[in-house]
Amino acid sequence: MNNSAVKMVNISKSFGTVQANKNVSLEFKRGEILALLGENGSGKTTLMNMLSGIYYQDSGEVFVDGEEVVISSPKDAFDLGIGMIHQHFKLVDVLTAAENIILGLKGSVTINRGKLASEIREISQKYGFALDPNKKVYDMSVSEKQKVEIVKVLYRGADMLILDEPTAVLTPQESDVLFEMLRKMKESGKAVVIITHKLQEVLFVSDRVAILRRGELVAEMNTEDATIKSLTEGMVGRKVDLAIKREEPHFGEEKLIVKDLTCLNVEGHKALNDVSFSLRAGEILGVAGIAGSGQRELCESITGLYPVENGSIIYTENDVQNELRGLTPSEIIKKGISLAFVPEDRLGMGLVAGLDMVDNMMLKSYNIEKGMLVNRKRPKRIAEMLIKALDIVTPGVSTPVRRLSGGNVQKVLLGREINSEPSVLIVAYPVRGLDINSSYTIYNLLNEQRKKGVAVMYIGEDLDVLLELCDRIMVLCNGAVSGIVDATKATKEQIGFLMTSD
Amino acid sequence: MDIDILTNFFFMAVIAATPLLFGTLGEILTQKSGSINLGVEGMMFMGASIGLSASYFYEFYAGDGTIGYIALGLAVIFGFLAGALGGFIYSVLTVTFRANQNVTGLALTIFGIGVGNLIGDLLSTHAHGFTSSTEATRRVVANVGIPFLRDIPILGRMLFSYNMMVYFAIIMALLLMWFLNKTRVGLNLRAVGESPSTADAVGINVTKYKYLAASIGGGICGLGGMVISMVDNSGTWVFNCVAGRGWIAVALVIFAAWKPSRAIFGAILFGGLSVLRLYFPLDGVPAQVYDIVPYAATIFALVLTSIRKSKESAQPKACGTNYFREER
Repeated sequence: MNNSAVKMVNISKSFGTVQANKNVSLEFKRGEILALLGENGSGKTTLMNMLSGIYYQDSGEVFVDGEEVVISSPKDAFDLGIGMIHQHFKLVDVLTAAENIILGLKGSVTINRGKLASEIREISQKYGFALDPNKKVYDMSVSEKQKVEIVKVLYRGADMLILDEPTAVLTPQESDVLFEMLRKMKESGKAVVIITHKLQEVLFVSDRVAILRRGELVAEMNTEDATIKSLTEGMVGRKVDLAIKREEPHFGEEKLIVKDLTCLNVEGHKALNDVSFSLRAGEILGVAGIAGSGQRELCESITGLYPVENGSIIYTENDVQNELRGLTPSEIIKKGISLAFVPEDRLGMGLVAGLDMVDNMMLKSYNIEKGMLVNRKRPKRIAEMLIKALDIVTPGVSTPVRRLSGGNVQKVLLGREINSEPSVLIVAYPVRGLDINSSYTIYNLLNEQRKKGVAVMYIGEDLDVLLELCDRIMVLCNGAVSGIVDATKATKEQIGFLMTSD
Repeated sequence: MDIDILTNFFFMAVIAATPLLFGTLGEILTQKSGSINLGVEGMMFMGASIGLSASYFYEFYAGDGTIGYIALGLAVIFGFLAGALGGFIYSVLTVTFRANQNVTGLALTIFGIGVGNLIGDLLSTHAHGFTSSTEATRRVVANVGIPFLRDIPILGRMLFSYNMMVYFAIIMALLLMWFLNKTRVGLNLRAVGESPSTADAVGINVTKYKYLAASIGGGICGLGGMVISMVDNSGTWVFNCVAGRGWIAVALVIFAAWKPSRAIFGAILFGGLSVLRLYFPLDGVPAQVYDIVPYAATIFALVLTSIRKSKESAQPKACGTNYFREER
């Protein structure tokens, strides 16, 4: 029996001058999990978006069950049994799971909710998970939302499932549940594709792996023949040293002492619940937790951007203690406290997307300059210095930062913050969306700061990186600290357990 | 206080509410598709003048043989089509050419007011003075109510003695409620308004939904204008007759939390405020103060509703932004 489900032949696609895919030929088989591996911007998602009908190829053919097909809209893809689960979930928040699942489907004028709910339960039981059809999406955790997406695709009778970075937002335990589901789907004869840049999960779950680099298919192999090293080299195109250099720590005074910190969210629930910890000079404190466990509120309450309900934030400089609670960012700056914050939302909170590098540098210093007019000379020098020091790829200092790639935007932001010579540096998800090389540049920068005696707080999501980079890891769960562990001794499983233990 | 005054006050409140309710329902439908059309006032003017024209010219040519139902029917059809044309223009500009929604809506208001008053004045000139419905048509739009039920004491006056457009508006509200909450198409429409990329990804034709919602919504707004010229003013064109009621309808959409059922109560409440002076005059309070009341209440309602924190009764998320699939 021919188990080929979908075949792509010589697919090319470009956006303007950027060639996203070039002559890619790839086959997807039933009863197999294929991992599509590549760095950010290597064209993995673009390639799969052509199967799901979001984009249409410039040239090349697609065959489903041996017959050439034209997939010009998501509807065509569904009709051919191809379903894609996007990285950013495509769900409507105010609708229920069931409503999201039947969205856009033809049928009776009104909706038979009872029948629909039992059909959904049937599908979820078949693959070994539970899903409440009447729960609203805005009340769901990330992994529940993902399950809705998966059922949505299965409900439409998909034979082939494409998952774009499915574990990016899951805890290790949740990822294991997902992998188990994927294996069940594979056993029931479906073709499964996962798009990923995490090597461990490629080895763990896939049967076959295809590697894309700069839009081209550079390697295709059975997973049993692959190693972490061969996969990395395939992805990056040259040998890469994957170890993060961790030098012997030289801890200094406790720069920041947070005690019983409690914050409320908009609904009046506790976003942070009695959080207590200390941050020493010369250390990197990692913060782990499921997305939305209070990381944002923690960063923003320390930096004076989020109202504090209770508790204290003590900053120490040369044995002089300052209470930061209740201060606004400008009051913190006036006190001469050098606190730097690299927020998660780089182009929203960190930089002004429409301004160029010079103006973005100036945001940090314009108010300490005298006179009515601004002086662009100094910020321009800083910008030029950063471009050289950090290898920032940009047409020039006067290009709006929004035109820069993700990695370069992050270098601009982190560079600016480091340039202010902070004694406390708070970074939130600094490598999100960055490729391997850029990520390692960022890790090295953070390590340099640690060596210089800066107290660094690192909010991260990749547990492997947290374990390698940090000295201690604080785990947040529902706004409370569920544990602070020594990163040199802790294991991934231990942290994963703390992330979900209430 | 005399019970008759209260029932009469309620009665007049409902009459005043009808144009508001049509405007609000039309705008709810439009906004549910993710388009915020600020042109309600303009579309009501278009519906008022063109609906009236249809009836006027029918009566002009039919003469003594005028059948009131046909006159009103034509006013309904052309009033709807005029408003729908406004909604269609809005869709062409915002959906196809991706013009800014707010600016387009404001332009549509200015355009509609101009078109409405121009056509209205032309009608008046044609009629050598002012237009007026024939007796036959007036009988059809009169507040005759429902036989027998209207004779029930108090309740009969309050609920069963209105003109047919009032009941039409209420039925429209119930129909819209059913459509949005129970039907597949309604569900798809809500998805388009909340997250067009999600709707697109499941094969819903976002462009078609947005065009239809804004056009039909505009048509319903047009009916509101038609009620003003044909029913409230008995077929006479009064310069600037819509007089800001389109704007109150836009505010009522927010007040009603995008729910047709609440729009009914909101419209009656605001209708009541606009006729307050006639029923509860206070010595020494000038008429202008009463005139301010609905607008002051609008501001008050907007402030109140903007601090409301419900996820459900919020504006559809995609409102104000235009959708373009290939955007990366």
